[in-house]
This record gives sequence, C-alpha cells and structure tokens, in this order.
Amino acid sequence: MSNSKGFLKSSIGRKAIMGLTGLFLVTFLIVHVSINSLLFVGDSGATFNAAANFMAHNPVIRVVEIGLFAGLILHTVQALLLTLANRKARPQGYAVVNGAANSSWYSRSMGLLGTLLLLFLVMHLYHFWWPTKVAVFTDHEHNTFDEIKAVFTDGTMGIISVLLYVIGCISLAYHLLHGFQSGFQTLGLNHKKYTPLIKKTGIGFSIIVSLLFALMPIGFLIGFIK
Amino acid sequence: MAGTSGKTINVTIKVWRQKNKNQKGQFETHPMKGVSVDMSFLEMFDVLNDRLITEGKDPVAFDHDCREGICGMCSMYINGRPHGPKQGVTTCQLHMRSFKDGDTIVVEPWRSAAFPVVKDLAVDRSAFDRIIASGGFVSVNTGNARDANSILIPKDDADQAFNAAACIGCGACVAACKNGSAMLFVSAKVSQLALLPQGQIERDERVLNMVNQMDEEGFGNCTNTAACEAECPKGISLENIARLNREYISASNFANRK
Amino acid sequence: MATSPKLDSKIPDGPLDQKWTKYRSTVALVNPANKRNLEVIVVGSGLAGASAAASLAEMGYKVKVFCFQDSPRRAHSIAAQGGINAAKNYQNDGDSIYRLFYDTIKGGDYRSREANVHRLSEVSGSIIDQCVAQGVPFAREYGGLLSNRSFGGTQVQRTFYAAGQTGQQLLLGAYSALQRQVGMGAVKLYARHEMLDVVNIDGKCQGIIARHSVTGQLERHFGHAVLLCTGGYGNVFFLSTNAMGSNVTAAWKAHKKGAFFSNPCYTQIHPTCIPVSGEHQSKLTLMSESLRNDGRIWVPKNKADAEAIRAGKLDPNNLKEDDRDYYLERRYPAFGNLVPRDVASRAAKERCDAGFGVNGTGQAVYLDFAFNMKYKYGKIEATKKGIENPTEAQLDEFGHAVIKEKYGNLFDMYAQITGVDPYKNPMQIYPAVHYTMGGLWVDYNLMTTVPGLYALGEANFSDHGANRLGASALMQGLADGYFVIPYTIGSYLSKEISTKAISLDHEAFVKAEQDVQERINKLLSIKGTKTVDYFHKRLGKVIWDKCGMARNAEGLKWAIEEVRRIREEFWKDVRVPGEANEFNPELEKAGRVADFIELGELMCKDALERNESCGGHFREEYQAADGEAERDDENFAYVAAWELKEVGNWELHKEELVYENIKIAKRSYK
Repeated sequence: MSNSKGFLKSSIGRKAIMGLTGLFLVTFLIVHVSINSLLFVGDSGATFNAAANFMAHNPVIRVVEIGLFAGLILHTVQALLLTLANRKARPQGYAVVNGAANSSWYSRSMGLLGTLLLLFLVMHLYHFWWPTKVAVFTDHEHNTFDEIKAVFTDGTMGIISVLLYVIGCISLAYHLLHGFQSGFQTLGLNHKKYTPLIKKTGIGFSIIVSLLFALMPIGFLIGFIK
Repeated sequence: MAGTSGKTINVTIKVWRQKNKNQKGQFETHPMKGVSVDMSFLEMFDVLNDRLITEGKDPVAFDHDCREGICGMCSMYINGRPHGPKQGVTTCQLHMRSFKDGDTIVVEPWRSAAFPVVKDLAVDRSAFDRIIASGGFVSVNTGNARDANSILIPKDDADQAFNAAACIGCGACVAACKNGSAMLFVSAKVSQLALLPQGQIERDERVLNMVNQMDEEGFGNCTNTAACEAECPKGISLENIARLNREYISASNFANRK
Repeated sequence: MATSPKLDSKIPDGPLDQKWTKYRSTVALVNPANKRNLEVIVVGSGLAGASAAASLAEMGYKVKVFCFQDSPRRAHSIAAQGGINAAKNYQNDGDSIYRLFYDTIKGGDYRSREANVHRLSEVSGSIIDQCVAQGVPFAREYGGLLSNRSFGGTQVQRTFYAAGQTGQQLLLGAYSALQRQVGMGAVKLYARHEMLDVVNIDGKCQGIIARHSVTGQLERHFGHAVLLCTGGYGNVFFLSTNAMGSNVTAAWKAHKKGAFFSNPCYTQIHPTCIPVSGEHQSKLTLMSESLRNDGRIWVPKNKADAEAIRAGKLDPNNLKEDDRDYYLERRYPAFGNLVPRDVASRAAKERCDAGFGVNGTGQAVYLDFAFNMKYKYGKIEATKKGIENPTEAQLDEFGHAVIKEKYGNLFDMYAQITGVDPYKNPMQIYPAVHYTMGGLWVDYNLMTTVPGLYALGEANFSDHGANRLGASALMQGLADGYFVIPYTIGSYLSKEISTKAISLDHEAFVKAEQDVQERINKLLSIKGTKTVDYFHKRLGKVIWDKCGMARNAEGLKWAIEEVRRIREEFWKDVRVPGEANEFNPELEKAGRVADFIELGELMCKDALERNESCGGHFREEYQAADGEAERDDENFAYVAAWELKEVGNWELHKEELVYENIKIAKRSYK
C-alpha cells in the first residue's frame, strides 16, 4: 500500500513541502550572498557588475529563477494554509501561556518572521529585482552597483532604507535559526552524530549570511563600500 | 494542613470551570490558606474540593488515577505549562513546594479541538485510543508467538524502543504545542515498533494509517518548536518525530506496493 | 474438614502436570460460526481484562469492554514496577515449571490450590513469548537475548522486566492487542463507564448495568458471559498504593448477586513505601522492592535518639553505627533485609509500635544506602580503577555513580515526592497496602459461583494463597486473560449457543436498572454534613489499625461494630454534591465507598474466623515466642468462601485445600 496521492494533503506531506522549499530557498541564499559579497571587493563594483550581468543574462539562471519564485510562493502559501489549520486545532486558546519555558520565541514566531520577510522582499524586489532583472531586457546599459549605492545613500530615504534592510536581515537570521535545522528534522534527517552538526551549521549559516547581507547597506551608508 | 516539614504557604487558585463541552466556561478564583508544601498539586485540589462540597458548591472535576506518574490520566495546564513548572513530572507528582507563598496559580484544561472538555479540567482524549486502534500494534493473535529468545534484538535498539514506549498517553505534547499537534505521541508508538524486528511486517501500513487517523482527529501540525519534548513528563525525544516523518515519507512515496 | 457442596472447584483428574494439558484438549469447543453469535462482556481493561478481551475477540466472540477510566490504557496494572516471572530457565540456573509452582505455593503459605498454581506456572513461558511478539521492549543483554533478574528472594533468575516499568509495557502490549480488535470492530469499547450491577436471568449471569460517567445515563448490556477483571480491593484502607479509582464495586455487586467472596482478609502489605507526610495524604507510593538489595533497614537502638530524630534535633547521618538497630539483619541473619514482604512489613511495624520509629509521625524506618554505596560499590569501583587506598570522598563519589546507574529513577522519584535527597540522607520507608490476594471465589474455569460470571486477575482469589510473591501478579493477570479463559470459557459457552440474546426490556434488566437508579438517588438525597472522603478515611483507619499488618480477636470484634456504625452514619450523613445526570466524580466515589464499607466488615469477619497466622494474615494470638507466625494446617487449610445472605450477614463455606504433590512445611527465613 502506498500513499503518494494522499501524501501532499497529509500533515506530514505538507510539512515536507515546507521543509523542501525552505531548504531550496537556503541554497538560493548561498548563491545570492556569494555574489553580493563581491561588493566588498573594493573595485567600485566592477567584479560585482560582471557577476550580476551574468546572472541577469544566463538563460539557465533565468529558468532556475522561475523555480525559485515557485518555491517561494509554495512556501508562503503552504505556510498560510498550515497556520490556518493549526489555528483550528486549538479554537479556544489558553489564558496564560509560558512558551519561553519550553521553546524559543523565534521557533514559535516563524509566521511573524516570515511575514516580515515577505514585506521586506516586496521592497527588495522593487528596489533591485525589477530594475536589474526585468528592466534589463529593455535597458542594456545598466550599472547595478550604482543603483544599489543610490538606494542607500539617498539622504534620509537612504537611512530609512538601510534601517528597513537591517530589520529584514534580522528577521532572516531568526527565521533561518529555526528553519535551517527544522527543515532537516521535517524531512526525517535526525541522527545522533549528524544532527548536532546540522544544528551548529544552521546557527553559523544564519548568522554569517544575515550579517553579510546587513553589512552591504550599512557599508554603502557609512562609505565602507566604495 | 501541615505536613512533615511543617511548612505552609498561601496561594490563590484561578481555575477553569465549564459544565460540559457545549457550554461556555469561565475562571473561578479560590484563595487557599495554609497549604502544606508536602502536598501534591492534586492533594491541594482534594482539599479545595472538600471545602467546596462542605460549602454546598460544585467541586472541581479533574482526571486523575494512579497519582504516581504512570497512568497518564492527570492533565492540568498550570501557569501556562502542561503539568506545571517542573520538568519531567506529571501533575500528580508536582508538589506545592514548587510554588511560593503568595503565588496566583492559573489552572486550565488541555486545549485542543481533538480533546473536547468533559467538565472543568477533564477532557476527552479518546482520539489517542483511535489512533492506536488504527495501527499502533503488531498483528499477532494470542498463541501465535514463537519462543521469545528466537527474536534477537540489539540492546541499543531495545533500549531506544523502550524509551519511545515509555509514553503514558497523557496528551501534554498536544497541550504544550502551539499548534496542538499530536506528533510526539504518534511518533513514539511508530518509533517503538519501527525499531523492533516484530514491527517490520506492518511498518508501512502502520505509519500511513496512524498519521491518517491523527489528521482526521483534527490535531494540528508540527513546526518543530520542541515544546512537546520539553514538556513531556517521560522525556520522549524529538528524534521520534523525525523518524515518524522518515517512515511516512518513505511509506507514502517509496513503498513498492500497490 | 469436608468441602462445602456449594463449592465445586472442577479440578480435572489425573496427575498434576497433566491436568491442564489434558483438560485443554478435551474441553468443549464452540464452532466459529457460533462464536459470532456469542457476546462476552469484559469489565476492566487491565492486564487480565485487556488480554482476555483481545484473545476472545481474536477467536471470534463478540466482545464489549468496559472501563471507568478515560482510556483502557490507564488501568492500574500500568503501575507495576518490578517484573513478571516465567519458568523459562533461560539462565540455566535450574528453574522449571515445578520450581515456579513450588515457590508460589510456598510463598503463598500453603493456602492456594495446587492445580491452579501449576497451570499458572505451565503457561508462564507462553506469556513472555506473546508479549515479545507484540513488541513489548523487555530488557536485553548485549547479545540480543532477554535479560532476567532475581526478585522477591527467589534463588533463580526468572523475572523479565522493562526497567522499572514492566507493568506499563505489558499493559500497553495488551492494550494494543485490544485496540487492534477495536479497530477491526470485534470489540466495542465503553470507556468512562462504570459497571454498577450484574443481571442474572434463569440462574445465569446474562448482562450488566453500567453508568456512563459523562452523561450519567444508565445502560443495559446483554452478554452470554460476563468477565470481571476489575482488580483488587486495597483501597478499602483509603491509603494504599492502588490508584485513586481502584475499587471493589464490580466484584461486590457480583457478590451481592450470588458470587461467593473468598479470603478477604488476605491483604499484602508492601514494606517499602514512602511514608505518610500529613493529613492531606491521598495515596501512597511504592519504592521498588529491588531497593532492599542494597539498602539496609534500621531504626535507632535507643528511644531517646528516635525521639530526638522525630523532633528534628538529631541528624540520622550523625548517629553512630553502634546506636543503630539493623533489626532485620539481627532477627533474620540468613535472609537479612531480603525477607519476604509480610515478614519485613511486620518487623517495621513492631519497631515503630515500640517507639523506635522515625519521621515526624514516628511511622517510618530508614532504608540506608550509605554503607553499600561506599564500602560495597565504592570499593569495587576503586579496585576496577586500580586505586589501592581510596579516600572516603573517592569511595563516596564512585559509589554514588553506581547507585545512580542502578536506582536513579527511583531516587529521583523519592526526592520529587519527599523533597529530601536520598543520596545524602537515608530514605524513610513504611509498609503500605499493595495487593489483595482475596477476591471472588472461582473454580478451575475461573467461573464464580454464578454460572456465566467469571473473575480474572487480582479480582479472583485463586493463585496466590495467603501471600503473593513479587513479579507474580502480572504473570497471573496475563495467564488468566491470554491462556486460561480462552479455553475454559468454552466449557460454558458451548452450552449457551442456543441462548438467544435477551431483550434489554426483560424484567430482570428493568429491575436491576431501577435498583441502581434508586441507590444513586438515595446517595444524592441524603445531603448530610460529611464528605465521602471523611467516611473513607475513617473506614481506612479502622481497617488499617485492626485488620492490617497484625490482627487480634478483640480488635476485630470492635472493628466489625465500628464499621457497622460507619455504614449507618454514612447512609444518614454523607453529602454528595451535583446531579445524577452529569459528570460527577463524587457520586462515583460515594458508590464505591459504600461498597468498601460493606466489604470492610467482611474482611474483619474473615480475619476473626481464621484462628491462625498465615501469609498476609497475622493474628497476634497465633505466634511463636520469637514473634514468628504460626500456621494451623490441621484446622485452617481451607479457602473461606463467603455467601452473602444480606448486608452484614454472611454464611461461610469452606473449600478444603488438598496437597498431593507438595509436603506442607513451615515457612522459615531465619
């Protein structure tokens, strides 16, 4: 007896989708943070622009990008559906909940953190994805580095943007702090020897990736990235 | 009310009262004076009920039986935590020395759509029985067994299976989980039998049926907060949920059968 | 002495070791098509009930299971810690069916039936096979084989165990088998239902009246046979190691409808329980008997020291070795701290009554691990580590680790309940009621004196005589349910295949339900001034003081009168809150306590009748000069079976115990 038909509708099947899409998005972050780190090279964005240009024009990358958006949407929609289902599992809540006694706040706030990330993402796409990756088809004379720099050095608006980006990065850090190891657990990958390693890697990954991302807008603002 | 230690405290109990599953409930407040710290939490409720009965009021209904932490019947949500502030104990094994003089203690029933309130603090956990009935067994009729020592089991597997089998079915995992998920409970039984050679024959079918029943009962989904593991009075490990996931994913997608 | 004609034990003829095999092969069978039309009611879902219900359903009978708890998995079998005996001889240490049989008869102080005990011993091995096949995670050796330990002073290692939770694991095994049948529709489960009467029609038991605890609705259920698997009556003492809900009600209702009650005075007092901490105490917790393997039991030698300890002025750790009285080692040099339960319990009581008890109440003795921790385990570990002259601190540290490994969970439990660290201070223990050997009289088929009405497990009287050995209760419950009743029920049901299901409107059902309803109404209408617990505590104290570890004629006579007074007052002055048609735990409790009061009188009567000391029954008048029990085999080698004429009036019937295979001897542990 197999159950591949009911799988996607089952609780564990839906969890598995969350885990799989989550870990897929993690792999995207690795690419994203690697390329963006080229901003720190210090050559006024020459290396970075070359890489960005490649990412914007390589057809394989563009196809994968569609998959990326599909993953993101699936992750979000599934999260929404699961949250609604979970609410139904406890129609009457407790008067007193001492969640801190048994779990971390961020593991209980993945919905909130996810929503913050989504809002951030809308802004982020508006800032960069649209001009560099959509407008790229019409306007070939594109200096991505300069455009990024403009966003964060635009007076008061620049400071607000940096602030919003830092908040976004903090949300990302906490979302990953739980999500990274949680994804493995959901897919059934729990092992006496390797799970502690996965957990440590998850913590390291969350902090390093988010920190690198956060340093970029800050770098532009304080003139560290030139 | 003083016990052997002679120490007493005064506390205020805010307890949930609800006549039955169809009626709305509300909190009721009872000051408790001179409570011996040697009392168990349930004995403190005995004293309260004694008073209520004498005053001509309705005593607080709550589930309890063995009062030694093994039957799994007691089920109070105390100050925001199932079975109260101490880790690794059931409500019946919680003692008043875990509270301070002047404390206000809020007591609620397990809250879950799958555990409707029977009265006050007592809830209906028959969903757990139905989950076990759907597959939490090895199909071996009485008399069919071969000699016990003809099945060799590595000690480590036997120990792990035992640790999973230590679940008392109290439902604290469901009560603790912000999503009202029963996965720790289900995973404990699935793990126990998946780890033992006796459980292999029905391995796929078992996990599919049990998860299916769990979903039908209206429990929520796991988001790996690990609150269940932290609150489980028997220390059932989260590893079991990973194993449940693994078993289910594999049985759903890779079992080479019709 | 001749056996009463009303008591036909139906023991098969033939040599002891062939009785069961032969009977099993010749007992009437019910063909599969007929089984589907035969309904069996099982009351109680512990080891006996769950295993019987599952096995009968597997065979094809239609089964209904009733339990008062919210789930069958809560039954109090779950709390058994130590283990389960079986004559497997896996350890090659000379165990055999005969040896287990002999130990059980001797342990029971020669007051049980040879044929029943031998059968129990014969099927013990199959129980282990069955449980392992179900996935019960027994403790194992590194080679993958089952592990055994010795238990309760036996000289062979025949006890199978799952850490300190053997009862739990065995019950969950039986429960899973039961739930499997529920899932298949072969068993219908009635949780939160309490049986409140049996219904007899045409001289046979044909059904029960049960109350649904949530709605308060009374229900009538028909059955071709009714199995009472409802456990023991230890809660008559109010304080016991039983669960709060454990009760005698089902057995007592059966008794009132014609089932004889046997040997109610045989109660087992367990020596190692955590002492009472105050007035509020609602139950007692057992500390596993295995602790006596390494703990030494003592009280102060001088009364002045005992008084100082009680007043909190003296720390027992500071009491010099010479000022301690290791009274078990002193009185029983051969067995020392490992004497059987009844002997150890009485010795503790003797010391406390003489004024040497510790604890605020004076009702406790010490169970001290300090010596073995340091000088036994500490030294062994030091030797293993190659330390030749270990310091005291090293010995302490090494020994601590060993004790923690062996008894960690028990020590934690002790600390949790008492708030005292047992690694640093001696544990305090005191005996408490643990198990009742008496119960409904049953024949070899486990049928009571009412045709069609059976009693299994602790609810019957059959296998343990006057005292039960450790790790034998689980064995008996499962033997009855898995391997005895599935065969023996055939001898009755094979004659019932033509009995049609009786209409629930039959006058006997109507009348029984009316009686139950009236009793409930009566309880609710008294509206007196005292709570149910008040009466229960009063009853418990009388029974504990006068019909507990030691009894005498004078005290028992007084107790009978006192229990009657309690009964009278109860029915005049009890206060039961709430309504009949709602979830009302107090009402349930009231009904149970009313039955306990009636039973209490019979216990004292039985104890008064038995002019000897045997097993759990110790009559102060019948002891040797050194305080040891004196059995009277000439006049009391019988099973007492009480027939109820009306409440407070019983007729005694005797079943003579004939020993054809064992020579009766004095039980000595000196």
